[in-house]
Amino acid sequence: MDFVDYYKVLEVDKKASTEDIKKAYRKLARKLHPDLNPNDKEAHKKFQQINEANEVLSDPEKRKKYDQYGKDWQHGDQYAQAARSQQRPRNDGGQFNNFSEDDFSDFFSSMFGGSSRSKRQTKFKGQDYNTEIHLSLMDALTTHQQTLTVDGKNIRITIPAGVENGQIIKLKGHGGAGGNGGPAGDLYITFVIANHPIFKRSGNDLNMTVEIDLYTAVLGGEVMVETLNGKVKLKVVPETQNGTKIRLKGKGAPVYKKEGEFGDLYVTYHIKIPTNLTEKQKALFTELSKL
Amino acid sequence: MSAQTELIDVNQFCIYHNVEISFIHSLHQSGLLDIVVVKETVFIQSEQLEQLEKLARLHYDLDINLEGIETIAYLLEKVTRLQDEMTTIKNKLRVYDSE
Repeated sequence: MDFVDYYKVLEVDKKASTEDIKKAYRKLARKLHPDLNPNDKEAHKKFQQINEANEVLSDPEKRKKYDQYGKDWQHGDQYAQAARSQQRPRNDGGQFNNFSEDDFSDFFSSMFGGSSRSKRQTKFKGQDYNTEIHLSLMDALTTHQQTLTVDGKNIRITIPAGVENGQIIKLKGHGGAGGNGGPAGDLYITFVIANHPIFKRSGNDLNMTVEIDLYTAVLGGEVMVETLNGKVKLKVVPETQNGTKIRLKGKGAPVYKKEGEFGDLYVTYHIKIPTNLTEKQKALFTELSKL
Repeated sequence: MSAQTELIDVNQFCIYHNVEISFIHSLHQSGLLDIVVVKETVFIQSEQLEQLEKLARLHYDLDINLEGIETIAYLLEKVTRLQDEMTTIKNKLRVYDSE
């Protein structure tokens, strides 16, 4: 436990008047108050120190004891005992409400036995945080874990398969710390899902376009199509028109938080017209057109 | 589906927090606080409680006047937004760090 120089903390001279101390305290408090320094632990710590310094130096009795014993604070126990027996509730004014007994240093507790303030202590909830998680479509369609760092702490979260672009989830109690024993704030995570080169998502359904050649479209045949679970072979019926859409039931995106449920995959056929025809091909097409 | 909001009686708030009702009206007039009036009773929405408590601390604990509170509220919003942005960017960078 180290000696705390309260004069140094409040940046005042040892001969400072009560009025000077009050002014110095107000000035520093305006700079370091937790409401004005969100998520700044260093400012919060300094604010606690100036509160403690003010608690001592603005009270003539405590200041006298502090000045008398100072660095020899270990010998102050008897004094503290006597002081405690004379203690009575009082309202000294000027001290902030959002400062609790736990916030005093060991030095202070040892010397003064705790705060004598009897002021109302208002609990307040900590600040809510917002953040984004960027996912690829494939990641969004698979249940997986990710670690976020918020306020220097790692938070491991499980992202359920089927999370939507723009969806927000709330992690209760993972925001800023509360004051005076109040609850911590919440962490809001927004998911941002990148586009996929093959699949376009529409809710739980996926859409894709597959190119088939003219001959397969006219005469029928087979085509291999990529799905989330690997390739599947599709039968193309003869005389398939350009833009024909077929549905593959249950081959879409997993439904959020509904295990075993999936949307559908819609495949749109894009018929590719042959180019760079040979003379023979041109002749055959001409012949065909005259039939 | 509309979300249900709990309303808090401003009079009760003022008694509990030892705050003048005129302060609440001033905050409302300056656009820092939304109030709801039901049968001549003034309420705030529960989501605004945290913000109101903070503004009250700035005024009563730190002696900051309304103009100062307006400026601070604007700057704090900006600070919070920048902090959120920084957290998001740090998390994005972690992906590359681990590679």
